[in-house]
Amino acid sequence: MFVRGLKRKCFDGEEDIEGTLAGIKAIPSYNLQRQSLLDMSLVKLQLCHMLVEPNLCRSVLIANTVRQIQEEMTQDGTWQMINTQSTGQTSLDRLVSTDILCRSSREQAEGKQVPGYSSFNKDFEDDQTQDSSETMSTSSSVQTPRNLQSNVWEMENPQESRGNFQKSLDQIFETLENKNPNSVEDLFSEVDNSYYDLDTMLTGMMSNTKMGHCDGLETFSSPTTATSNSNCKSDLNELDHIVEILVES
Amino acid sequence: MASHFHAFQLFFPSLRAGGGNDIQWCFSQVKGAVDDDVAEADIISTVEFNHSGELLATGDKGGRVVIFQQEQENKTQSHSRGEYNVYSTFQSHEPEFDYLKSLEIEEKINKIRWLPQKNAAQFLLSTNDKTIKLWKISERDKRPEGYNLKEEDGRYRDPTTVTTLRVPVFRPMDLMVEASPRRIFANAHTYHINSISINSDYETYLSADDLRINLWHLEITDRSFNIVDIKPANMEELTEVITAAEFHPNSCNTFVYSSSKGTIRLCDMRASALCDRHSKLFEEPEDPSNRSFFSEIISSISDVKFSHSGRYMMTRDYLSVKIWDLNMENRPVETYQVHEYLRSKLCSLYENDCIFDKFECCWNGSDSIVMTGSYNNFFRMFDRNTKRDITLEASRENNKPRTVLKPRKVCASGKRKKDEISVDSLDFNKKILHTAWHPKENIIAVATTNNLYIFQDKMN
Repeated sequence: MFVRGLKRKCFDGEEDIEGTLAGIKAIPSYNLQRQSLLDMSLVKLQLCHMLVEPNLCRSVLIANTVRQIQEEMTQDGTWQMINTQSTGQTSLDRLVSTDILCRSSREQAEGKQVPGYSSFNKDFEDDQTQDSSETMSTSSSVQTPRNLQSNVWEMENPQESRGNFQKSLDQIFETLENKNPNSVEDLFSEVDNSYYDLDTMLTGMMSNTKMGHCDGLETFSSPTTATSNSNCKSDLNELDHIVEILVES
Repeated sequence: MASHFHAFQLFFPSLRAGGGNDIQWCFSQVKGAVDDDVAEADIISTVEFNHSGELLATGDKGGRVVIFQQEQENKTQSHSRGEYNVYSTFQSHEPEFDYLKSLEIEEKINKIRWLPQKNAAQFLLSTNDKTIKLWKISERDKRPEGYNLKEEDGRYRDPTTVTTLRVPVFRPMDLMVEASPRRIFANAHTYHINSISINSDYETYLSADDLRINLWHLEITDRSFNIVDIKPANMEELTEVITAAEFHPNSCNTFVYSSSKGTIRLCDMRASALCDRHSKLFEEPEDPSNRSFFSEIISSISDVKFSHSGRYMMTRDYLSVKIWDLNMENRPVETYQVHEYLRSKLCSLYENDCIFDKFECCWNGSDSIVMTGSYNNFFRMFDRNTKRDITLEASRENNKPRTVLKPRKVCASGKRKKDEISVDSLDFNKKILHTAWHPKENIIAVATTNNLYIFQDKMN
């Protein structure tokens, strides 16, 4: 039966864990599962549905889950400052390793090692310049100064209905973009490429207007041209387009 | 003892009639495509009987509304009620593009609500994420013939060729059912509309999105009153959204709305113009032994429905159905577990997004039985009097009319008995989100992904 005395239930833990030895092994796996849940939640928040506005209820519930995990991690003391340089590889590992989660507890009791997790404690960045409600966006981030690019993104998406998530998504995309092109390609190697084809088609249709908050992803489709100049130019094109609509109406 | 029992039955007629499990449910009809390859546009998104039960409306992801009409009962075929056949099909909503946000507005019909019938025509409200439309469905079974200035095919005649005059007369024609949009209520919702509910005054209705609820008059399309607004000044502080709303069936000043945190607020419109302060707050304290990171998500209420009597309301969260007495705010009076065996699978269900599925629930006409859907095309009924429940499956395998449906059982753990299904074999792509119960009879409509099943109780 399940080990009593654990403050929270383990995930998907319906299989028998016998004895205190397994109980001891269950505790580090709880941290692992919690970490994976956090990663999974961030991925869910990042992946936008191309054309349709994402479901606000779902986003709020996921964001609350992330907040809850972060609060618990803060209390546990696992939420620490990180060295900005070291985030490169480890954040990639975290983003693609969601298969960690929902493994049967039997596997965990056997003590399967997961690559890249030995240093996960160092991977959190406590961004003290932002308030706590935005910290969910920083766990995979490199702390970067706000550049012209992000300012343009903020300007072209003034609609408050995207609110918090838009800004956090912007931060995620801005930090990802600042990595070198090779790691970016690795990051999206598992992403379905048809995503970008539709994007290109629609870009042509809308005369260079980007689709909502997938702006960041679109720039990754052609990493060789992802210079800040071309991004600013197409962002300004969209601004022109919006102004055109406003003036016409 | 026998006399006590009879007296008991006099006071509780529902016992005399028999509970949910005295009903033997039989397959009656199935509508929709047979093949497994589901066209996205055919996904059923809402099901609703009208007030008499004669009409059954469905809405789909492609923005279409299909209305079925029950055949008049055949006196010779006393062992079955009339079948439902297609009465009208029309395109209610079209996809739109919001140029300012560069986002598509889906044409998917989120809800349909019927107005009570006042004259020969039928009226219903249908809504997508942003726009509500009032549709008039009317029959035409005669047409005028014998115009003086028009030919029968509609071409105009040269007036100089007219030598005699005649009076046009009405002649019978094949029945034609026409649907026409009478009102379009647009531009009042920034967020996605999840509910519409017609007031008992039959003049006003409410529409609710994630953060706001608006009150409309059915005749007026250019104005609506905002009666609930939970949008925080700073969107970064948003932690709770509105998930469903409904007017009280009898009190035209009372409505409820549910939230993603598992609370229900009852509001009285007489108290103030903006009903931000609730009259009652219904919330069950959390069970600490069941606490997990998914506790909040599974407490999110996906549907709220008043009983026909107006004394109770029912809420559906991810794992259970709860019945609340409007006079008691601190806990529900009844709780029914829909699929408790999923509690240990919440992590997987979070990963594949099933945990965000929004199941609806409904009452039977006498408020004695409640019904809701589950996975694997299972649906569940709970008899509030006998406390018995039953699980049935909507499947083409049982599609002989008057075949009694066999109860199904899910094996949560341990040895699987014969005819039981283990939790791991459940198909989570086959979900029943929408069900409806005829207002007067034991006829139910159950929507699988793209098929509509109609079941009836076995008549002897």
